[in-house]
Amino acid sequence: MPRITQGAFSFLPDLSDDQISAQIQYALDQGWAVSLEHTDDPHPRNTYWDMWGTPMFDLKDAAGVMGELKACRTANPESYIRLSAFDSTRGWETVRLAFMVHRPEQEAKFRLERTEGPGRVQHYSVVRA
Amino acid sequence: MTIGTIETGQAVPVATPTSDPTDGRIDLKALYHETQIDAVLAELDAALIGLKPVKRRIREIAAYLLVDKARRLHGLSAKPPTLHMAFTGNPGTGKTTVALRMASILHRLGYVRKGHLVSVTRDDLVGQYIGHTAPKTKEVLKRAMGGVLFIDEAYYLYRPENEKDYGQEAIEILLQVMENQRDDLVVILAGYGDRMETFFSANPGFRSRITHHIDFPDYEDAELVAIAESLAAAEGYCFDDGARAALAEYVTARRRRPSFANARSMRNAFDRARLRQAMRLFEADSPVDHEALRTITAAEIRASRVFSD
Repeated sequence: MPRITQGAFSFLPDLSDDQISAQIQYALDQGWAVSLEHTDDPHPRNTYWDMWGTPMFDLKDAAGVMGELKACRTANPESYIRLSAFDSTRGWETVRLAFMVHRPEQEAKFRLERTEGPGRVQHYSVVRA
Repeated sequence: MTIGTIETGQAVPVATPTSDPTDGRIDLKALYHETQIDAVLAELDAALIGLKPVKRRIREIAAYLLVDKARRLHGLSAKPPTLHMAFTGNPGTGKTTVALRMASILHRLGYVRKGHLVSVTRDDLVGQYIGHTAPKTKEVLKRAMGGVLFIDEAYYLYRPENEKDYGQEAIEILLQVMENQRDDLVVILAGYGDRMETFFSANPGFRSRITHHIDFPDYEDAELVAIAESLAAAEGYCFDDGARAALAEYVTARRRRPSFANARSMRNAFDRARLRQAMRLFEADSPVDHEALRTITAAEIRASRVFSD
């Protein structure tokens, strides 16, 4: 069974809600803004996932994010959901932590596609199986 | 509209009780000291002038929570206690200040995880068009998770004269969260007594979900003078004897005038006296010494409009 591996922890067994909550709390304690994104197209080249609400600034406790995560899971049970934590500190200004928090029952499958180019050049691409 | 997130100082780790629940005895006093709750209560006593019934109620709540904690160690309580509160009282009687301390008390006793206070009014919860209210209210609730949500002038949420008012939507979301996420946040509603009473009778859901009703009495004249002095002391000012006497008269006169707001009126009076003191020193056009810089005289108090008519 293929597994989509993106972001942190993706080679580990799926995190439980308590573990996710602890990760969120860590991110919030660092002052990072947590946001949720979801997509039905987890292709590695697809960087544009749909946002679930706006990034959550000024939160203190993970319970608020967990509530949103539950709502997002209910609304998109067949999607991949990713949680990212953005650090706005000057010099960083980037996502410091991102990991998947939900994957559909049926994982997306990808396969390698070869295309013959001029002069026997092989072009490779990853396509949805 | 402003949303104030007020920090309650450094987080104090909630001490895990060392008493062994199996021997059947838990030393409540030891538990009391471990949670450092006595420090918060002592601070409350020292920092807030007057407010005797309020302080007594807070002690009662603290004792109740402490006992609840002990009961938990014995496996006697299953559900977290309902801690939502309603603060009623006239303006300037210290509702916000006490709410801030409450957040810290609840944090030390381990009933909220973070102990911050999110202070909001109707504007922060209720939207301006259809579909705006729910996200707005949820946003505020998310920020308050793990702490205390303080809703000032809560009765504005409910506007009976307009049946299409979006306040009702905010109320429904609030009630749902107050019921289902009792361990995630504590809601404190505040407002003037009579209007809160109307609010509660129109929204019976709130009344049944709020167990602690605390009434804030108006301050006595002497207490208001003491408050003004402590405000001044905190800013490095002091009143001379004449000013103190003038202040006592000022309080009596001010109380009779409209829009009297207890401690807030005293703060405003002090701020204006400060301005006049600065003007007097400036116009005197002579070198000032340490004493002159910190003293507010009777002239500054008596120049108030309150005495003019």
